[in-house]
Amino acid sequence: MRHIISVLLENESGALARLVGLFAQRGYNIDSLNVAPTDDPTLSRLTLVTHGNDQVIEQISKHLHKLIEVVKVSDISEAAHIERELMLVKVKASGNQREEVKRCADIFRGQIIDVTPITYTIQLVGTSDKLDAFIQALGTTPILEVVRSGASGIARGEKTLAL
Amino acid sequence: MTSQTKSADLAKTTEMLSGAAMVIRALADEGVEYLYGYPGGAVLHIYDALFQQNKVKHVLVRHEQAATHMADAYARASGKAGVVLVTSGPGATNAVTGIATAYMDSIPMVVLTGQVMSHLIGGDAFQETDMLGISRPICKHNMSVRRPEDIPYLIKKAFHIAQSGRPGPVVLDIPKDMTMPNQKFPYHYPTEISLRSYQPKQQGHSGQIKKAVTALLAAKKPILYAGGGVIMGNASSELTELAQLLNLPVTNTLMGLGAYPAGDKQFIGMLGMHGSYEANQTMHHADVILAVGARFDDRVTNNTKKFCPDATIIHIDIDPASISKTVNAHIPIVGLVKPVLTDMLALLKQKKKKLDSAALSQWWQQIDQWRAVHGGRYDSAAPLLKPQYVIEQVSKITKGDAFVCSDVGQHQMFAAQYYPFNKPNRWINSGGLGTMGFGLPAAMGVKLNYPDADVVCVTGEGSIQMNIQELSTCKQYGLGVKIINLNNGYLGMVKQWQDMNYESRYASSYMDSLPDFVKLAEAYGHVGIRVTTPEELQPALERAFALKDQLVFLDIHIDPKEHVYPMQIPGGAMNDMFLSKTERT
Repeated sequence: MRHIISVLLENESGALARLVGLFAQRGYNIDSLNVAPTDDPTLSRLTLVTHGNDQVIEQISKHLHKLIEVVKVSDISEAAHIERELMLVKVKASGNQREEVKRCADIFRGQIIDVTPITYTIQLVGTSDKLDAFIQALGTTPILEVVRSGASGIARGEKTLAL
Repeated sequence: MTSQTKSADLAKTTEMLSGAAMVIRALADEGVEYLYGYPGGAVLHIYDALFQQNKVKHVLVRHEQAATHMADAYARASGKAGVVLVTSGPGATNAVTGIATAYMDSIPMVVLTGQVMSHLIGGDAFQETDMLGISRPICKHNMSVRRPEDIPYLIKKAFHIAQSGRPGPVVLDIPKDMTMPNQKFPYHYPTEISLRSYQPKQQGHSGQIKKAVTALLAAKKPILYAGGGVIMGNASSELTELAQLLNLPVTNTLMGLGAYPAGDKQFIGMLGMHGSYEANQTMHHADVILAVGARFDDRVTNNTKKFCPDATIIHIDIDPASISKTVNAHIPIVGLVKPVLTDMLALLKQKKKKLDSAALSQWWQQIDQWRAVHGGRYDSAAPLLKPQYVIEQVSKITKGDAFVCSDVGQHQMFAAQYYPFNKPNRWINSGGLGTMGFGLPAAMGVKLNYPDADVVCVTGEGSIQMNIQELSTCKQYGLGVKIINLNNGYLGMVKQWQDMNYESRYASSYMDSLPDFVKLAEAYGHVGIRVTTPEELQPALERAFALKDQLVFLDIHIDPKEHVYPMQIPGGAMNDMFLSKTERT
């Protein structure tokens, strides 16, 4: 099953390498990974999407927690949460396809953020599923480039993952 | 990190030291007596600082791997972190096997590795290697020095991490420009350290402890399964008290030998792949397993799908990741073994309840029947020297009280099976990684720190040659280790598997062109004795152990056909075993 794991990590050199290395060493999956410093520059917030059975996810949580630089770990997909991913897609947009792409982007509430006579670059934010659906919806439109940030997540309500 | 080294603390001291001098002073302030290492370009400033003081003594090995094993074995014997100093590049990579060995067995160790100057890092400089990258998966933590003034804090942090929680090796990489002799900084060694991201648990959860006690008291077929965590957690006496209070049968893992006294009637031997028949049977049929500081390793459980089908498993461990990793624990308790056992004992004494005595006595009758089946027998009437007999005789002459440092292979299993360890910290072996070449440097590390004790290195002609250069170090420091070389002319364990699974096709398991070990020992300035018949063994051992301060290399020619039994049948349950070449369960 798909899980979204949030980690607060000391913003120190080597910390990220150690975390990523753990997944490689122990054969766990990383579907996506997203990391940046928080409002506190000594801390990084990392969102990692992985999949596995309950036993694997439990081991992942435990091993993450064992890393010296990991401050907090939470599987936010265990409870109500919000998930967002940013995608930039560059597509071929010429002839009658140009209008079709624009309509499709509008339906998905995407924005066209760069334009050339033959291409559009579309920005789209949503759950990873929604981004997948948009790519499907583009149908025969030639996709030139896809850039995805990987999911970021946060728990709903008053629950926080902070110091 | 930086804010903690600054501020008010610094006002207390005005002493100005170079980075190199700070490294050594911090070790002295940490109470380190011996540093095991090998000099080289990147650590020359540190060696020069070492030369100019006399608190920390340096032991010069002949290969960096040996330095790590010496430090590791010191930690296994004393419970305190051993310390290693090596140079960058090949010095650091040679230490890798030793770091991995300590990591697999959760041994506290601090490894200081030299590094090229900061501005050269990443440029493929001479003797540059990414030691942080290389050591990352095989150490508990690693760090690099970015500013010389952080050195005392980082060394304190390294010891703190290495010795707390589940212990393990910590690597500190020190670029050469952090140790410049002419750049001095105020020195202050922190007395303690607190990390917001690392606060290992101490006490176990009281509700879980209550549950565990209730489950234990309801048991009709209990067993106590204790591992290396009891030894590193210094909880042998609590474990023994608990076992004796409830009259529980006790088995120790390979790493846990000595956690419970082998000479006691409640001890039913080591369990696992080469465990005793009775230990494996008792585990398999148990209704409650109390696992203490053990990790259900594959060399214990055999096939986890067939593992102990009727057991409720109580698992005490400091590392939550060890719980329900391979075998599901019904009652997990995360905490240090010592306080958890102390709490359990207090609760049991307060409850004043015991186990159902009729059921327990029936269980013990059953265990005694299993004991009679194999009983550690071997063909003692054979004309050739049997390795089991050699170990028994070594145990006799050392009164079962020696530090036994083993290499890896058949001899390791014979030592584990036939030397009765009655105290913790006496059995020093590479259990997790299975590092050949561990034995001799390990024995050296112990002998240096316990000069009055009998220190035995049980090895074979394969393993001993993996670090034989250390015979030179032994001469330099007068380390009177007794080497029991069980020489069968084969890589015995490999050969045993080839006998059992490959129709005796001995692919590269025969050690041709062996040296004359007696002459070799003599060439290094030691005493060598060759033993080829059972009659020669006794006088040779007497002579060897009478030479108190001398290293004696006993090259003992044993039956090359001997196998280690019992042995679990691969893929089976715990109690599926070969009992000899011709018998199986």
